[in-house]
Amino acid sequence: MQYLFSVIHDSEALATDEEMAAIDVFNDRLQADGHWVFAGGLGFPYSATVIDNRGGDALVTDGPFVESKEYLAGFWIIEAADLDVALRLATEASQHCNRKVEVRPFL
Amino acid sequence: MSDTDVPAAITAAHRSEWARVVAALARRFGDLDIAEEAAAEAWAAAVERWPADGVPPNPGAWLTTTATRKAIDRIRRENKRDGKHREALILYDDGAPEPTGPIDDERLRLIFTCCHPALAPQTRVALTLRLVGGLTVAEIARAFLVQESTMGQRITRAKAKIAQARIPYRVPSAEDLPARVAGVLAVLFLVYNEGYLATGPDTDPVRRDLTGEAIRLTRLIRALLPGDGEVAGLLALMLLTESRHAARVSATGELVTLDEQDRGSWDTGLIAEGHRLVRERLAARVAPGRYQILAAINAVHTSARDIRDTDWSQIVALYDQLVHVDPSPVVVLNRAIAVAELDGPDVALAAADRLDGALAGYHAYHATRADLLRRLGRGPEARAAYDRAIALAGNTAEIAYLSRRRDQLGR
Repeated sequence: MQYLFSVIHDSEALATDEEMAAIDVFNDRLQADGHWVFAGGLGFPYSATVIDNRGGDALVTDGPFVESKEYLAGFWIIEAADLDVALRLATEASQHCNRKVEVRPFL
Repeated sequence: MSDTDVPAAITAAHRSEWARVVAALARRFGDLDIAEEAAAEAWAAAVERWPADGVPPNPGAWLTTTATRKAIDRIRRENKRDGKHREALILYDDGAPEPTGPIDDERLRLIFTCCHPALAPQTRVALTLRLVGGLTVAEIARAFLVQESTMGQRITRAKAKIAQARIPYRVPSAEDLPARVAGVLAVLFLVYNEGYLATGPDTDPVRRDLTGEAIRLTRLIRALLPGDGEVAGLLALMLLTESRHAARVSATGELVTLDEQDRGSWDTGLIAEGHRLVRERLAARVAPGRYQILAAINAVHTSARDIRDTDWSQIVALYDQLVHVDPSPVVVLNRAIAVAELDGPDVALAAADRLDGALAGYHAYHATRADLLRRLGRGPEARAAYDRAIALAGNTAEIAYLSRRRDQLGR
């Protein structure tokens, strides 16, 4: 079972050196314990571009698909047996990256 | 069997067997939705067949067998249609044998799943009443003053979240158990309180269907976790509160406060059972949690045959203990009410006034201040406080009581 951990942030501050170091420690443990699938940090919302090609005539828009104070700053995809395990990992993830984390299952 | 015995047998089976049947089916088929629907169909079959065929010798076994057949029928039907989809919705069960012990009961898995912290508190209450308590969606919607369709959607979404996010169907591990039991007790206490001080203009001021259900489910938890002090404490608290229900609302529909209640109409059986539980916890000599302390406070109240016999110093001492465990403003307010009896309303008012920032939107805060101001002879201020309390109160009997008190104030 895989879960997406969305890292939610509300300011344009990058992770500090201490936060990055804590995230590295957490990632190493995710890998050692077999929970690791993938993770990454994302550029700021202003660096986003939205493409709408549903009508065949691709429309390109500068900026994120939704403007909001809180945004997706990064994510983990982890492997966990059930939500209790995922929530325990997300609790640690939030502490290590010092940001809110949303947990959502993959279908 | 006579005609009148069959409905009674169905009701009795519903009370004693519903949660067991839902839990057994959830375990076997790994799907709460199927379990709930098949259980409902089994009871519908009992209503149809028992009057003609007679009540089976073992109603629980009959209902489980019938519900299992209904569930298999439904799975066969749906597998033909969308087996893949059904597979994706299957409730997670790791299959490994759980460590068996005193708490290995199917119903416990069900309760812990319904009260999982990943579900919103209101949703936990609704799911517990539906899947464990067996109340209909319409009954639950009425209890919480929402549309039936809204409540139905809330329950359906919760079941879908349990399946999709793989909320595990099991009793939590030993390290998580205390926190998770606390979550279950909080749900049952919410159900009880909504019953004992029901909200809304069109409902009975005391909803004994809800208080009764909360007590019944707490008894079940108690049977499953007999050594847990807070479970015993919550049950004692509910029993000692419930013992006063007949004296709580007057014939004219007005709330009757503890000092004015007809103590002769208190239920001595419930009081005796509650006192027994409180004594059991005292003998355990383990630091009590909030439910045990609240139960002890209610034990002191129910030990006084007359309001003047109340041991207020003991009640204040228990509130001091409670503030230590739970320093919330509501607890501090309730302590102030007891302090008024021991040290006078002026001391209590000073304590209550310090809570204005936290409790300005809470009806009981203004009702308490109104009563203290009235006793201190400060009529105009008391009237203003009664007005605020009445505007914020949601219980018809309480509004009637507060209005009379306000209108008795001199001009």
